[in-house]
Amino acid sequence: MTPHILIRSLDRGASAFLIAIAAIAILIPLLHLALPPTSPFHVPTYLISLFGKYACYALLALSIDLIWGFCGILSLGHGAFFALGGYAMGMYLMRQIGTRGVYADPILPDFMVFLNWKELPVYWYGFQYFPYAVLMVVLVPGALAFVFGWFAFRSRVTGVYLSIITQALTFALMLGFFRNNFGFGGNNGLTDFKDILGFNVQAESTRTALFSITCAALMLAFLLCRALITSKFGKVLIAIRDAEARARFLGYRVESYKLFVFTLSACMAGVAGALYVPQVGIINPSEFAPGNSIEAVIWVAVGGRGTLTGAVIGAVLVNYAKTFFTSGFLAPYWLFMLGALFVLVTLLLPRGIVGTMRHWNALRRDRASAAAEDGVREPLPAE
Amino acid sequence: MRFCRASLVALLFALSAILTCTVARAASLEEALTHFTADDFSETSTGIKDVAASGSPRAEAILRALQDGQLLYSAQTKAVYIKSSSGKLLDAASGQPISGDAPADADNVRINNRLRGAIEAALGGLTLLASDASVRLDAAQAVFKSRQVSVLPTIETALAKEQDTRIKRALTEARAAIILSSDKGSEDDKLAAVEVIRQRGDQDALGLLSSLPADVPASVAKSAAAAVGAIKNSLVVWEAVQNAWYGISLGSVLLLAAIGLAITFGVMGVINMAHGEMVMIGAYVTFVVQDVIRARNPALFDYSLAIAIPASFLVAGFIGILIERCIIRFLYGRPLETLLATWGLSLILQQAVRTVFGPNNRDVGNPSWMSGAFDLGGITITYNRLWIICFALAVFIALLALLRYTRFGLEMRAVTQNRPMAASMGIRTSRVDALTFGLGSGIAGMAGVALSQIDNVSPNLGQGYIIDSFMVVVFGGVGNLWGTLVGSFVLGIANKFLEPYAGAVLGKIAILVLIILFIQKRPRGMFALKGRAVEA
Repeated sequence: MTPHILIRSLDRGASAFLIAIAAIAILIPLLHLALPPTSPFHVPTYLISLFGKYACYALLALSIDLIWGFCGILSLGHGAFFALGGYAMGMYLMRQIGTRGVYADPILPDFMVFLNWKELPVYWYGFQYFPYAVLMVVLVPGALAFVFGWFAFRSRVTGVYLSIITQALTFALMLGFFRNNFGFGGNNGLTDFKDILGFNVQAESTRTALFSITCAALMLAFLLCRALITSKFGKVLIAIRDAEARARFLGYRVESYKLFVFTLSACMAGVAGALYVPQVGIINPSEFAPGNSIEAVIWVAVGGRGTLTGAVIGAVLVNYAKTFFTSGFLAPYWLFMLGALFVLVTLLLPRGIVGTMRHWNALRRDRASAAAEDGVREPLPAE
Repeated sequence: MRFCRASLVALLFALSAILTCTVARAASLEEALTHFTADDFSETSTGIKDVAASGSPRAEAILRALQDGQLLYSAQTKAVYIKSSSGKLLDAASGQPISGDAPADADNVRINNRLRGAIEAALGGLTLLASDASVRLDAAQAVFKSRQVSVLPTIETALAKEQDTRIKRALTEARAAIILSSDKGSEDDKLAAVEVIRQRGDQDALGLLSSLPADVPASVAKSAAAAVGAIKNSLVVWEAVQNAWYGISLGSVLLLAAIGLAITFGVMGVINMAHGEMVMIGAYVTFVVQDVIRARNPALFDYSLAIAIPASFLVAGFIGILIERCIIRFLYGRPLETLLATWGLSLILQQAVRTVFGPNNRDVGNPSWMSGAFDLGGITITYNRLWIICFALAVFIALLALLRYTRFGLEMRAVTQNRPMAASMGIRTSRVDALTFGLGSGIAGMAGVALSQIDNVSPNLGQGYIIDSFMVVVFGGVGNLWGTLVGSFVLGIANKFLEPYAGAVLGKIAILVLIILFIQKRPRGMFALKGRAVEA
């Protein structure tokens, strides 16, 4: 039954998109491992890590698109869930360092020895086990989103109010994680990782595998989102997005729908963060910065909100541009460009890239059919 | 007749008293100086005490010379000299240059650390009689801390002729401190001293009273214990007052930063993420104004803020109107996208300022009337904070008046309450929008002038306040300006009261959690708009 739902949810575009990601997931590691470094098609290690990072961002963008594009919840604090998942994974990686740290303490991570802590804090217990860490990667962001969402949606905090409160949430977490006595490494965060499940995180093969796993996670999340939004549940979500009051009057428990999708989205963001940390090699409190969360929202806006594929494409495009511009002589102008991107996309390209393409396609089909009845166009998602 | 005789007797008596006094003094200084010729530390120590007690105007010079190793003695002639900076020898007692050559055996009066301490204390006592009032005050306060018993007679002398009430109080306190920490004075004196210290009522007084010598009479110990309790209570009260003051100060800053945000949000339903950058621009306008004044006409520096306030209002307001006309008006009905667009704008503005003025803090000075502080009871109030509170309230009242008594204010309120209805009554809503946005930005610019006086002027200035300002708007609601006023002061004071218990960061987190809980009760803030238009 389940596979049936998953497959039924795929239209032609979605299938093509999935195949494209799968091809990238296989092809890039192949080009990296099979070809000699002299070959022009060889993919160097740093690019593998870079693409892995993009894939994590794409997953984060997907989670934002799920709630913003299909349920009208604009979260300006999704970076918090991303970072929490990252910290959960980082804690596992820290415990794996063991005696190889600077202070060679078998249990305590370096920063705790440095702060003269004698015992491991209780909330660090269990993180030496990978399955427990993975559970926490999903549970911690999920639980926070559930509690936060339960309070917020129940009292019908919507629109900009919700956005501002989510921004305050990630800001508060950032302040907290910057503190040393919070027990997460303070300013420096968690870094200097050695291995994951026994494999060296620096090794090329591990990086390649992590890249492929991230792509797989992205595909899985995409399938999940597709299945969700094409189901009856998804129709209700869209109804809530377009007319929340009306959906409520029709008898749907709007807050329950919102709470479910918000929590699911936070879990996805947590997974993205967890995959991000071993590939980047560090997690620190600046990941909680409100600016990061808003930047993730603009990826979705660039790609096209409410399109899923657009979120992924937007994340990769914007981040590629960021990598490209911040490394060259154009670096001082990057913030101008990013700022202009925010303004121009909202003003001139409200549907985003994918949304605009679909809109044109729909127009063309309308004209081609030239039928008497009005063509059904994809409506622009309302706020 | 009888009266005349009595006065005559009195006069004679006084004259003779003065004469004996002078004679005694002169004699005692000479006598005191002979102690220095013995080349013995304990003799020198007696000498220091006697010189200080002699009350001679030369005493200070002699002790300073001794301190600096410029006091010489000759064992043969039993004379003491001061070596002047030009190398000439002066007679220590008279201060006149000596006639003839210096004695062959003239040598420094040696001192050690214990003696240095004694000299310090003796000098402290001597400066109690200095002619400069601030020196006397400092000396009295120093004596309060050092509690040198030997200074007691000098204090009595100083108290008798002191005119300034502040110094008099300081002297009384110093005397009380000495009496309490030594075996001088009767039981009644000590009880009176406890009362004096209790009046002082600060941390030092607390320390003094809780560390009395063990052998004080029981009644004194009892009254001291009572005084300690009373001081502790009053310290708690003053600490609360201090926190409240800091809170009001923070609240006034929040009010300035949030009020513009609140009116644009109220009228247009959009959150301007670039609002913090308007504040930042206001601060940079202040910098530019001061820079120009420094270069062209430094005499005007004290008026720089008076020029900067309207200038920053105009600059920020103009930029605000520009933003509204070029970007925001195309995004009406899409508040979430307005949020993103204005965030982008804030990035651009920050980077633009960083490009023009550099990424470092710029120096904005305080005019003279804004620097300094004064004490009020147990707290210290700085002038710049005080002025900022006044300024914030003035802006608030002006805005209130604008909304209440002008046509533009009426139109603004109408659009806030029900936009379509206002439009059908002939109000040009788009013009109201532009002007409101300009007004909100202009107020943010003026907030920047105020913030430039207490914070670092850097491109990130606005970022530090923007989330707090949002919280004020969320907490206070957008129904009317009073919500912003109450919201900012409640948040400011709550923040400062939480800080001592939870630390600055946890206090902030606690505030955020409290706000999230608060909007459970009132999702649209304390002063919410009511009616059908709200849901639209």
